[in-house]
Amino acid sequence: MEKINVTMTVNGKEETLSVEPRTLLVHALREHLDYTGAHIGCSSSHCGACTIDMNGKSVKSCTVFAPQAEGAEILTVEGIGSPDKLHAIQEMFKEHHGLQCGYCTPGMIMRSYRFLQENPNPTEEEVRFGISGNLCRCTGYQNIVKSIMAAADKIRDEANVEKKEIA
Amino acid sequence: MIPSAFTFYKPDNIEKAISLMADFGDEARVIAGGHSLIPVMKQRLTDIKHLIDLSGINEIKGIEITGNQISIGAMTTQVELINNEELFKKAPIIREASLQIADPQVRNLGTIGGNVANGDPANDMPGLMQLLDATYKLSGSNGVRDVKAREFYEGAYFTVREDDEILISISFDAPSGGYAYEKQKRKIGDYATAAAGVILKVENTMCSSASIALTNLSDTPVYCDKAVDIILGKEIDKNILNQVTEACVEQSDPVADQRGPVEFKKYVAGIVIKKALTRAIERT
Repeated sequence: MEKINVTMTVNGKEETLSVEPRTLLVHALREHLDYTGAHIGCSSSHCGACTIDMNGKSVKSCTVFAPQAEGAEILTVEGIGSPDKLHAIQEMFKEHHGLQCGYCTPGMIMRSYRFLQENPNPTEEEVRFGISGNLCRCTGYQNIVKSIMAAADKIRDEANVEKKEIA
Repeated sequence: MIPSAFTFYKPDNIEKAISLMADFGDEARVIAGGHSLIPVMKQRLTDIKHLIDLSGINEIKGIEITGNQISIGAMTTQVELINNEELFKKAPIIREASLQIADPQVRNLGTIGGNVANGDPANDMPGLMQLLDATYKLSGSNGVRDVKAREFYEGAYFTVREDDEILISISFDAPSGGYAYEKQKRKIGDYATAAAGVILKVENTMCSSASIALTNLSDTPVYCDKAVDIILGKEIDKNILNQVTEACVEQSDPVADQRGPVEFKKYVAGIVIKKALTRAIERT
């Protein structure tokens, strides 16, 4: 089958890929661009391990064809923090044991990243509803919810410090 | 899971999309949010040679409200339906039902057009649109036509839409009175074991208007006309609610699957119908 060119911005960098139209976005990211953060769990849009940010929205990248992402702004877990400089959400997952095997974690982090922008001051119930598209078979969710609540506090505190510094 | 190969098109207007559909016939499919289509393509349950992405067509996106007339473009996503405050004021049942569809990520891409046009009896929007007595606008080689939601569904995945037609918008009048959409599911993200929508008005303790529809309780959505006939003009009491619930369950025709045997589904149907009736009455 003939390949087509797809151009998208991934973690701030413009990328042009030559792919078959049937290539799934998660495969494009993992195999063509080497961003292996997005995991393939169920490959049927249930588990959320492949969750990334596309044009400012959380999506399951196993259920998007690469050409549908033409011109899109994509953010994967590699784009929000690094081992030297973890994102607040990553730091809180580490501190509150928000992971065990870690397979669902990149999806959980990316969903939390967007969710906390949609709702910076959530209740526990809202967190649970917000991550209801992400499955975890280890933690029982308790520490994931704790991590996200703590991340919400931390992000709000950081924003307040910044405001004061500007003032 | 990788689907079989196809060619990809992204037309920027509806005429181009229709002409592609007319050229390729049964070998072509349109893709909206893709969250019903891509999973069946991956399982190779369907053979699509040409995929036509509708996301580049701006004229079939967005929500328009003029007075009590609501028109929703087919490519409007569930999350856009949920977040639209004006739509919530005019038809709060849309938000209530949309929040019960799938999960946040799926609602970000899933569209109302895909949800109603696919003809999957498990989808929530077809029943909701029958409840609201909505009209679908279909555009094809022979022009544009209107079809009532209550006349659109013929069987599971079979609708009156012709191969070269594309559903472009959905319109309905803002409902008045109490409302409720009740859905029983095994977990978030699952389809309904049984779901029911109710809209009704009570004036001087009498039911002056009513609409009731069911989801995933037959091979098409079920509009409960017999139950509506029973409740209209009647005083609302326990006895009449039992009669209405019974008439709705009578009109349902579920099949046994992983969500349970027929008897169980009819039992759950009775519960969601009663819940929806009760909550709609509380909200009048």
